Amino acid sequence: MRRERGAVPRYTPLARANHWLTAALLILLALSGLSMFHPGLFFLSHLFGGGEAARAIHPWFGVVLLASFALLFFRFVGDNLWSRDDTRWMGAIRSVMANEEEKVPEVDRYNAGQKLVFWGMTWLILILFFSGLVIWDAYFATYTAIETKRIAVLVHSVAAAAIIWVWIVHVYASLWVRGTVRGMMRGSVTAGWAWRHHRKWLRAMARGER
Amino acid sequence: MANEQSLDIVRRSASTGDPPDIRKEQQVAKLIDVSRCIGCKACQAACMEWNNLRPEMEHFEGSYDNPADLNPATWTLMRFTEYEPEDGHLEWLIRKDGCMHCADPGCLKACPAPGAIVQYRNGIVDFISEACIGCGYCVKGCPFNIPRVSKVDHKSYKCSLCSDRVSAGLEPACVKACPTGAILFGTKEDMTQWAGERVEDLKSRGYAHAGLYDPQGVGGTHVMYVLHHADRPSLYAGLPDKPKIDPLVQAWKGVFKPVALAALAATAVAGFVHWVVRGPNEVQPEDEAAGRKMLDDGPGKPEAKQ
Amino acid sequence: MTNTWQDIKNADVILVMGGNAAEAHPCGFKWVIEAKIERGAKLVVVDPRFTRTASVADFYTPIRPGTDIAFLNGVIRHLLAKDAIQHEYVRAYTNAALIVREDFGFTDGLFSGWSAEKHDYDRTSWAYELDDDGYAKIDPTLQHPRCVINLLKHHVDRYTPEMVERICGTPKAKFLAVCDLIAGTAAPDRTLTSLFALGWTQHSVGSQNIRTMAMVQLLLGNIGLSGGGMNALRGHSNIQGLTDLGLMSELMPGYLAMPKDSEPTLADYLKTRTYKPLRPGQVSYWQNYKKFFVSLQKSVFGAAATAENDWAYEWLPKLDVPMYDVLRAFELMANGKMNGYICQGFNPQQAFPNRAKVRSALGKLKWLVVMDPLQTETASFWQDHGPQNPSDPAKIATEVFALPTACFAEDPGSLTNSARWVQWHWKAADPPGEAKSDNAIIAAIFRRVQALYRKDGGTFPEPILNLSWDYLDPDEPQADEIAKEINGRALTDLKDAGGGVLVHAGRQLDGFAQLRDDGSTACGCWIYSGCYTEHGNMMARRDAADPREQGLAPHWAFAWPANRRIMYNRASADPAGKPWNPEKAIIAWNGTRWAGIDVPDFGPTTKPDSGVGPFIMNQEGLGRLFALDKMRDGPFPEHYEPFESPVPNLLHPKVATNPAARVFADDRKAFGDAAKFPYVGTTYRLTEHFHFWTKHALANAILQPEEFCEIGEVLAKEKGIGQGGWVRVSSNRDHVICKAYVTKRIKPMLVDGKPVHVIGLPLHWGFTGVARKGYGANTLTPFVGDANTQTPEFKAFLVNVEPVPAPVA
Repeated sequence: MRRERGAVPRYTPLARANHWLTAALLILLALSGLSMFHPGLFFLSHLFGGGEAARAIHPWFGVVLLASFALLFFRFVGDNLWSRDDTRWMGAIRSVMANEEEKVPEVDRYNAGQKLVFWGMTWLILILFFSGLVIWDAYFATYTAIETKRIAVLVHSVAAAAIIWVWIVHVYASLWVRGTVRGMMRGSVTAGWAWRHHRKWLRAMARGER
Repeated sequence: MANEQSLDIVRRSASTGDPPDIRKEQQVAKLIDVSRCIGCKACQAACMEWNNLRPEMEHFEGSYDNPADLNPATWTLMRFTEYEPEDGHLEWLIRKDGCMHCADPGCLKACPAPGAIVQYRNGIVDFISEACIGCGYCVKGCPFNIPRVSKVDHKSYKCSLCSDRVSAGLEPACVKACPTGAILFGTKEDMTQWAGERVEDLKSRGYAHAGLYDPQGVGGTHVMYVLHHADRPSLYAGLPDKPKIDPLVQAWKGVFKPVALAALAATAVAGFVHWVVRGPNEVQPEDEAAGRKMLDDGPGKPEAKQ
Repeated sequence: MTNTWQDIKNADVILVMGGNAAEAHPCGFKWVIEAKIERGAKLVVVDPRFTRTASVADFYTPIRPGTDIAFLNGVIRHLLAKDAIQHEYVRAYTNAALIVREDFGFTDGLFSGWSAEKHDYDRTSWAYELDDDGYAKIDPTLQHPRCVINLLKHHVDRYTPEMVERICGTPKAKFLAVCDLIAGTAAPDRTLTSLFALGWTQHSVGSQNIRTMAMVQLLLGNIGLSGGGMNALRGHSNIQGLTDLGLMSELMPGYLAMPKDSEPTLADYLKTRTYKPLRPGQVSYWQNYKKFFVSLQKSVFGAAATAENDWAYEWLPKLDVPMYDVLRAFELMANGKMNGYICQGFNPQQAFPNRAKVRSALGKLKWLVVMDPLQTETASFWQDHGPQNPSDPAKIATEVFALPTACFAEDPGSLTNSARWVQWHWKAADPPGEAKSDNAIIAAIFRRVQALYRKDGGTFPEPILNLSWDYLDPDEPQADEIAKEINGRALTDLKDAGGGVLVHAGRQLDGFAQLRDDGSTACGCWIYSGCYTEHGNMMARRDAADPREQGLAPHWAFAWPANRRIMYNRASADPAGKPWNPEKAIIAWNGTRWAGIDVPDFGPTTKPDSGVGPFIMNQEGLGRLFALDKMRDGPFPEHYEPFESPVPNLLHPKVATNPAARVFADDRKAFGDAAKFPYVGTTYRLTEHFHFWTKHALANAILQPEEFCEIGEVLAKEKGIGQGGWVRVSSNRDHVICKAYVTKRIKPMLVDGKPVHVIGLPLHWGFTGVARKGYGANTLTPFVGDANTQTPEFKAFLVNVEPVPAPVA
């Protein structure tokens, strides 16, 4: 990989494409899903050509998302395993929030917050996918009882709200922690960013372990 | 929405705001007197004829219920139940199934498409197909398992109580066709009163638990039954004993909607506040220096913190 | 029906036995519901199955198919034993007090006069003992041992509740409960109406089934009253019209009899028909027989029928057998003795018993003409439709002509409903394609045949050449022309005794009272006279006004006879002329004449104390508890087992079945026995379909798409038949493979201690139309009919049933 001076490679082009595909799908799902969630947001369905089209395409977005996220999952799961440091990091969350990172343990490729986003997304996508199948009436209406569908639809909307919440946190964190977006846009971060936020990872890079 | 007034719409799915409410109209009701129904299916035939419905011809499946279930082209269906109480006096309970036109319709509550389900001032709950998005939420909202979504056009269908006929001063087609007067149509008040007389007659014939089925769990219905066994509606092919909009649906379409949106909005606002108060977490020049140094000089030892 | 559909609402008890009114007559059934709701009437259903009618009944009890007479004789016994009869009515209006000949008797299942060689009765002894003036002897005290009522008491004495239970399988307690409900209507102001249909007629004892109930009604004093009567619910919108107009082989229009071989002259013919009164002063209305007959002949042959040629009596066919009913026709066909068949509005392949015999018989014809609006099984009998109609067209030489006809809405005319209302209908649309009205088709055939006779001569051409064919368009006689002809007109000025002209020549008659036997009137059907008068088409009247809302609507259409809505309505009033039930009065004597809301069935000015009986068609003027020689199989009804029965006849094992019924030799061989076919099969209609027509209509096919049979849960379990599972139902003639409806509504009945299972076979499916293909229930049924009418025994026969794998589609 061509190396910019002082830049640390973080995401391969494939990983970035995978991420942004997933991100786009999640946004499309959120927009189409929200149009069916609250009357005040029904206007969003027009982005998809109207309510019927939004209803029809939403589950297909979901299917592609699952596939896309699955790739993402296997790509990143190794860096997202929980460690004792993560627990300590969480214990120092106030310092994190206060931009006082000197007070928190050195972070490897991902900090505990990012890992929580990862696992949150993972579980919520699974929940959304399977609850979504139950209420995907065009194909699966006859497979479950209405009582099951009622549970599914509630679970689906709660999970959807949750995933949107996780998404907000994810997006805000990437904006708040300056220099983060660059990693997903250009594939690399600055050495300073890595030093500041993921020093353990940087250290490993310096050792040539990565 | 322009026709809300002329159509006397009082409730509209997935819509905010109040519909016009100056015009007055009497509430209507269809009364199905199960005790005088002979299960001839004239109502089913009339429904097919008036609404131009021809469901697929099915097979015999061990019952007189044909088709076997409601479907997008079967809006009303005679359901036959052989009931043998312990005294051995067999009863063949025959119930005309179809939309109950709830005062508090679960379908309308669940529907996400603005104006796809409306309730007229006379009480009729109607599906407006051009606004229907085919999501099937009405199916989940309905306490009576009535709406059916077509696999062909992905629209949801159910009995309209012949809203087209009623608006022209006619009775629903099934009522017109019923040979024994088991289906009656009129104001809800009149139907309730007539039902009272029927219940008295049934009691005099030994049906101690005869009664009117107008379940208050859904605010009452605009299709009501006179039942010989009003204490056990479920005998009649699973007519719900105490129907109400399911708590899951209530939660989903009730508190959860605003709470979830508010929570999401609050999170976004919290982020904004955090940004304003704490500011962005920016990489400092010394970080860059330290980082480059590490890259150039090697990892060194992790600093002990805290 | 003696009464009207609407009149059912006036009943206090409605007995539905021998029918399933809610199922087969749902529209008319509204009046049953009306009676229940507005009058608090009780609905009692006696049926082998718990039917749609039973589903709204106040009381239901099962009965084994084919045992109705045992049940009803038990009811009669109960009524007589409990003295629950309408005494004054029975004494004054029935033949209870008349004395029967000494040589009449009944032993071991046979009435006096039985001839084993002829296989028939000599009915001479089934008569009253006459005095020197030729009148029946009477004992008003009812003490004489040979009084009808005492003979009846003796006859029914064997039908104890225990015996009823043993024969019918009806639990004693339930039987007695029905008896009590029936007995409650013996009060003069309470009535029971009997609603029946093919559940009574389609038996080898069909006519006697109905007679027994009529006797019950006479004992209760329920004939002639509002809310009473014997009400046959006809199975077809115009089947009443069919019999009225004499479309039976032994009848001519207006229930005049077809002459017999033994009646070579008109005098012979009239001698046995012109019934003289059997009690002093009685009307015995059939004394006018000659007027009806001569007027009919004038209508048929016009000027060619003259006094000199005995009104063309010679030109009428003479029967060499009692009748050429459908069973005999197909027996002749099967034996190659009938070569051509014109089948108009009729589907024998689907409707007559033993379908295989029918199919093979049709295949022996030289030609078959089928006139029908639909593609029928009969017209397609030669086609191979797999197991539902196995056939080898290459081996069938029959030339089949299918002539499409107009449907009822495609030409005008009249339909006669069960209540004898002759109602006009108008054409609503043109018939499709090449379809023509039946009139046009018959006219075309007749005109060609007549032309051939004219050209080539031929044997006995007179009836064809002299047939009156006086229509504006001889190729298509119009319905109203025919209707006017049926009503009748004066051929010369009709004058009263003083020489005044009552009816001018050429004018329409007002009614049959104006008919003459001197050739001065023509009338196509005397009982319909009055339907199309100088005042216009009475059948087209649509005034629904109903005085006292008693269900008569006298200005709606025309009811035969004489626009009378309730027959025998003289009996609705007591001997003094006062209504038995003033609340439901029909007619009453007002001091000078009979007045009320209906046309009196009595001389309008005949005084109540004149001694004239209310049943004016009968020679003695009385309702008959003893039927004289009018029934082929006995003056009293007796229980005979169906020709295929699972049990012996408990009353007289040696005479198990109706001795007077006619059975052809081959058909007797085709009867099955209980060892191989242990279950009782019975056929019926479903509300969703009309016979074999509506399987051509998609909506009906959707509502009942596929052939099935109904089997009780106990038998299904015994046989391992699952709900909706495939079964093979077989009789000794053939089999049907269909799905099973395992139901609680059919229960085994304990007959003489042994369970008898019933299998129900709805009859609607065939191999034409849009519904799924079926075998047709007539595949199984036996080729035997009622002794009097030859109506096939479709309601009780023997079958076996076994589960089979689903057929390969």
